[in-house]
Order: sequence, then C-alpha cells, then structure tokens
Amino acid sequence: MLETKDILETINMIDNENLDVRTITMGISLLDCVDEDIDRASAKVYDKICRYAQDLVKTGEDIEREYGIPIINKRISVSPIGMIAAPCQSKNVVKFAKALDKAANTLGVNFIGGYSALVQKGFSSGDYALIESIPEALDITDKVCSSVNIGSTKAGLNMDAVKMMGKIVKQTAEKTSDRDCIGAAKLVVFCNAPEDNPFMAGAFHGVGEADCVINVGVSGPGVVRAALAKDGDGKSIDEIADMVKKTAFKITRMGQLVAKEASKRLCVPFGIVDLSLAPTPAVGDSVAYILEEMGLESCGCHGTTAALALLNDAVKKGGVMASSHVGGLSGAFIPVSEDAGMIAAAKRGTLDITKLECMTAVCSVGLDMIVIPGDTSAEKISAIIADEAAIGMVNSKTTAVRLIPAIGKKAGDELNFGGLLGTGPVMPIREGDPSVFINRGGRLPAPLQALKN
Amino acid sequence: MKAVITVIGKDSVGILSRVSSCCADMGVNIVEVTQSVLQDMFAMIMLVQIEEGTVDLDSLREGLDKVGKETKTKVHVMHEDIFNSMHKI
Repeated sequence: MLETKDILETINMIDNENLDVRTITMGISLLDCVDEDIDRASAKVYDKICRYAQDLVKTGEDIEREYGIPIINKRISVSPIGMIAAPCQSKNVVKFAKALDKAANTLGVNFIGGYSALVQKGFSSGDYALIESIPEALDITDKVCSSVNIGSTKAGLNMDAVKMMGKIVKQTAEKTSDRDCIGAAKLVVFCNAPEDNPFMAGAFHGVGEADCVINVGVSGPGVVRAALAKDGDGKSIDEIADMVKKTAFKITRMGQLVAKEASKRLCVPFGIVDLSLAPTPAVGDSVAYILEEMGLESCGCHGTTAALALLNDAVKKGGVMASSHVGGLSGAFIPVSEDAGMIAAAKRGTLDITKLECMTAVCSVGLDMIVIPGDTSAEKISAIIADEAAIGMVNSKTTAVRLIPAIGKKAGDELNFGGLLGTGPVMPIREGDPSVFINRGGRLPAPLQALKN
Repeated sequence: MKAVITVIGKDSVGILSRVSSCCADMGVNIVEVTQSVLQDMFAMIMLVQIEEGTVDLDSLREGLDKVGKETKTKVHVMHEDIFNSMHKI
C-alpha cells in the first residue's frame, strides 16, 4: 500500500510548490518535406506537422487530468528549417515560418521551435537566407521560435555567424519594439546545441533523431526550495546536496511516467526526459530562491556560483537514476525575467551580467532572458555571444544567449512579456567597444578538447 | 485501473459517508481507506478500483468535486501510478 505521507507529499508539491511537467514536446523530422518549390515545401511542412501532432494537445490534457499533474505546455520541434529551405529556389524563407505558425495555431500547441540553422563551422545553402529572415519571421508569427548554433567544441566558433547574430538580435528587437521587443525572447544563439531539447526557444529536432519522438521537460524549482526550507536548517552541504538529489529523483520519475504514457498513447517513440529545473515567474518557483535557501543573502552575491554548481550537479545525479533516457539541456536554468528571485536580485543590483556569465559556466544553458539597454551596439551583442559561446566551447557544454535589447529604454526600465516569459529589468552591460575584434570575422579555432579520438 | 482519492479539509460530520456513497453510486469499489484527524484537520486517503466500462475518471472527479464543495474539503482524484512512480523504486 502507498504511504499516507507520500501521497500527501505529492499533493502538496502540486498544490503549493508549483510541481508540474513543463512541456511535452513532439519532435518531427521534416527532411522528407524538401522541395525546389517553396510553396509546395511549406505546404508539405504544414501537412506533416498537422498529421503527426493532431492528437498531441488532447493527449497531453488527458494525461494531465488522469494523473492530476499540471502539464503546462504542449510544443512541437521540427528539423532545422535552414536545411529544409536549402533546395528551394526562392529564398523567401519566411513562408516556412508562416506555415509553422499556422500549424501551431491549428493544433493549439503553445510553441513551435526549429526555425533554426546550424552554422557552427560554416553556412550551407539555405542557412544564410534563414538567418537573414529571422527578424521578419519572429515579427509576423506568434508561436514560432528560432535558434542558431554558432559554435561547438568540435568545430570552434563561427565568428562570421557571431557577428551576424548581433545584428539579427537587435533587428528582431527593433521589429517588435511595439510589443516589448518580444521577438528577441523567441531567439536563442547556441554553442553546442542539443538535438533533443524540449525547451523553448531553443528546441529543434536534430538530424540524427527518429522521424518523430516525444521529449518531456520537467520543472520544479519550487519543490526543491520547499524541501530545503523544511529540512535544511543546520544541515551540512553534503546533506543539502542529498536533499536536492532525492527531490530531483521524484520530480524526474513523474516526468518519466508522463513521457512513457504520452509516447504509448500517441504511438510515438519516447526520446528523452530533460531534467532541467525550469523556473516560472510564479512566487516560489524560482532557482534564485533555492540558492538563497542554501544560505546566500541574495542571489548574485559571492558564493552563488558554488551554490549553483552544487544544485546543477545534484539535480543531474538525482534525475539520471529516475529516467531511462536523459537528454536535452538537463540542469538548472537561470533565465532572469522568468524567475522572481532573479528579477528581485537584478533590481537590487546584486546580480549583474558579469556574475550571470560566471554562473553559466556551472549550469545548463547560459545568458538567458536578459534585458539589455536598447542602444547597445550590434557588435557588443555579438561580443556577449562570443564570450558565452567560448565558455560552452571550452567546457564541452551547451551555452546559449537570449538577450532582449529594450529598444528606447535604458538601465533601470523594465520590459513586460507576460506569461511564462515574465518581466525583465533592463540590466546595464560593460563599457568598452569590442567592434574591431568582432568585425574580424573568420573562425575561432576549436580547442584541444575537440581532439579526443 | 486504480485511483487514489484524497480528501483534505476541516473535519465535519459525514465526510467519509458522502465520499463513499458517491463512489458507490458510480460503481467504484473502495479497496483501502486510511483516515486521520489531526487538530481539526481531516485527511482521508482512499484507494479505489475503477472497472473498465463503468465510470470514467472525469465523471468520478466531477461527482467528488461536488462533495468537496458541500463539505468544504479539497478532493483530489489521481491515477495510482503517479504515486507509485514517485515514491517506489
């Protein structure tokens, strides 16, 4: 028989500590939709997505009701559109974005990711046109998310792409400046992008993946924080790590159950569970609060990087035992605008972009959902991307940059995206002009770590 | 399938009886019950068997939600597997 305390613990986690499954993401390969004619290709894309994912939302809702677990988002990721666009004679790639958005609206999913290009070593046919079209694509669509992989440990950094992405990020923010620059919140620049990531805005369906898979992203910072708040007083660091592990195990087991069930009901193979602790703007559901619960006065003060390293590692160790296949980004996310504790720390001034950059060396993802002054030059944005990508490249880990230049605003102002994306205070960035370095272009060589064979 | 019904709230007369009548009306068999009252707080957990073709989980939940409102308690109906997967290896 089940133990009473276990049952009550689960119910308390769901009712009071924001335990949820963040997303069920269906990955769909579009490689068989290529066509020389872009209209025909985008029609095929629309048809295939609608055919494969027709039951996704309903199945998600059924599981949610039956098991009593909130499943916040149902999403779709597709093959990088840069590849699908390659054979098209017309380079009006935005037609694909429209097809993706239309499919997302028809199906009722929350986001669709994969308006992406993988250019870590160079641009292939289709990639350049796709990247150029990102500002327009994110302006005219609501649910499409875009990502560009500009580097990897194996390939080094494509500095031409880094330079280009600085401009693209800025243009995207400018195009959507009437909507709090929301376009830039749907655009991620990656180094070492994972091919099975269920989280947005960086999800795409990698080329080595099956035709269709189900990936699940769990959440639960609130649960970890509550566990530490309840029993953490006076405990040593190893005991704290143990508590995080045990909680992560339970959260992931729930994700694994949902993933298996969704896979069975949709007759689609199960891909991975992404173990990430993904915060939401809801009070209490914050990674920053976990760090503060460990004993830091404010997230961002000295000690934050160490605390985050512990958290990230313990989440993985606890989670990996609970799932048959773990993948995606798997770790702790630190998106500023999506995390009430991070927002508060940024407003207090204890958390700045330099400290955030340090923190990204020990956790998953990178400089995420950071609002910067609107007058930041494209070269400076490129330089921030290059710094972050270098951390990922050298440490053989994924890093990402999702910056939102707040057009017409300066440090101290605020952007409000609403929903899961939250509210972002404009954070000051460092002085000094990196434009000569960025304008050199070329390729930053891969580090020795790349030569493992 | 087996489902777990939990009823949590302030103690009052007849909660157990109303929840079990609701189950009986819908043809749901109660397998196990544990109940405790701690400082006026009532917590009851029921493991029930729902035979295929009798009642679906949604209708059971609807019926029990009504009981919950009347008795001012919070009622959850969840598939047993969620607890098994989270708390048993």
